[in-house]
Amino acid sequence: MSIPVKRRSALRRIADDPVSRRRFLAIGGGTTGAGLLLAACGDDEETSTSAETGTSDAAASQFGDGDLGIVNYALTLEYLETAFYEDVVKSGLFKGDDLALIEEIGSNEQEHVDALVAAAKDLGGKPAEAPKAEFPLDDAKSVLELAATVENLGAAAYLGQAGAIESPDILAAALSIHTVEGRHAAALNTLTDQPITPDGAFAVPATMEEVLADVQPFIKS
Amino acid sequence: MSKIQTQAAPELAAVEVEEINRSTLLMKGLLAAGAVYGAASVGPLVSRAFAQGSSGDIDILNFALTLEYLEAAFYDEATKQVKGLDSTQSDLVELIGAEEQEHVDALSTTISDLGGTPVKAPKVDFGDAFSSPETFLELGVTFEDTGVSAYNGAAPMIEAKDLLATAGGIAQVEARHAAAIRLQQGESPVVAAFDETLTEDEVLKAVMPFIKS
Repeated sequence: MSIPVKRRSALRRIADDPVSRRRFLAIGGGTTGAGLLLAACGDDEETSTSAETGTSDAAASQFGDGDLGIVNYALTLEYLETAFYEDVVKSGLFKGDDLALIEEIGSNEQEHVDALVAAAKDLGGKPAEAPKAEFPLDDAKSVLELAATVENLGAAAYLGQAGAIESPDILAAALSIHTVEGRHAAALNTLTDQPITPDGAFAVPATMEEVLADVQPFIKS
Repeated sequence: MSKIQTQAAPELAAVEVEEINRSTLLMKGLLAAGAVYGAASVGPLVSRAFAQGSSGDIDILNFALTLEYLEAAFYDEATKQVKGLDSTQSDLVELIGAEEQEHVDALSTTISDLGGTPVKAPKVDFGDAFSSPETFLELGVTFEDTGVSAYNGAAPMIEAKDLLATAGGIAQVEARHAAAIRLQQGESPVVAAFDETLTEDEVLKAVMPFIKS
């Protein structure tokens, strides 16, 4: 099943519109049953699928099924983030407080990598390999903006998987990483003069497909 | 349930969607009865079905609502009382306060929609927290960090996946608030690489000093 491209903007509309949001809160879109039923009740098109918690078939097949697939998906994103901050530190573009923040965020991401590798093994699976990555490191401003983009995406990615995780332990771990990604995002948004809560009072999830499409330009293998 | 039944009893359309996960058969029967006898006659039964199916979720949402009331009151009083915030800080306080109020409204509505009764706003007392920007921001950090840990602790117990996603979305926003206030305090935006998880008891113990009733 492919996720409609307009999904994210549809969610944003829901997030921005108090009436729709109440409906969203009350009835959700996280289950196919609810989605179908809602469609059957004659609501409009933006309620179409199960995408919020979506592990689309096409995207999921890349990482495997179930919790292990989600863990390896998250691990791939954390590997990318870790590699990014390592490159940023080496670039020499930052010093002082900004460098300290970047180093701290990078070390958080490394801890996430370690935890997810362990989680994949605990699930009896093989942890995903670190992808080869390459990032544009032209100047401090664009690097910080890219960092903000990456963190906002990372937070949305974790949120997008929360409803699909079966193991309570994996869910608890994912949630505790999710909010740290949110903290990173808010800090970097502050440094780049962007709103700390770009989605408003309710953060919007991203599907695996959306996230993978966004990070694809940085993956070289 | 068919479209025809929905049209016959439109006021039942919303409840039906929520309940479909839990006791589809029961609801189908009730809704069919509603279509025949009118919504009012089955209303109490529908409410009871909800109470049985999702009382756990309602309790969790009411717990979250209490915290959000506390936070909303905290920022609301701060805007009136704290002197000496710079304009960035004032804007931040206003933004965060408005978002906490949105959480209050959304949680109240959701609890009602699920057939529960939203808790009332607690009476609060923040002591001398508003005597300076520093003391205010410090308590703000405590509230936001506690809020993050409260949501992270409660979320895995939520049964309905759609509510879990919503609670997660609120938790992320609390985390963003926490990070932003921490930066204003000259602190790191993070506590650690993993946000702590707190039980309901631990959270209540932490916030109890500020709740007067």
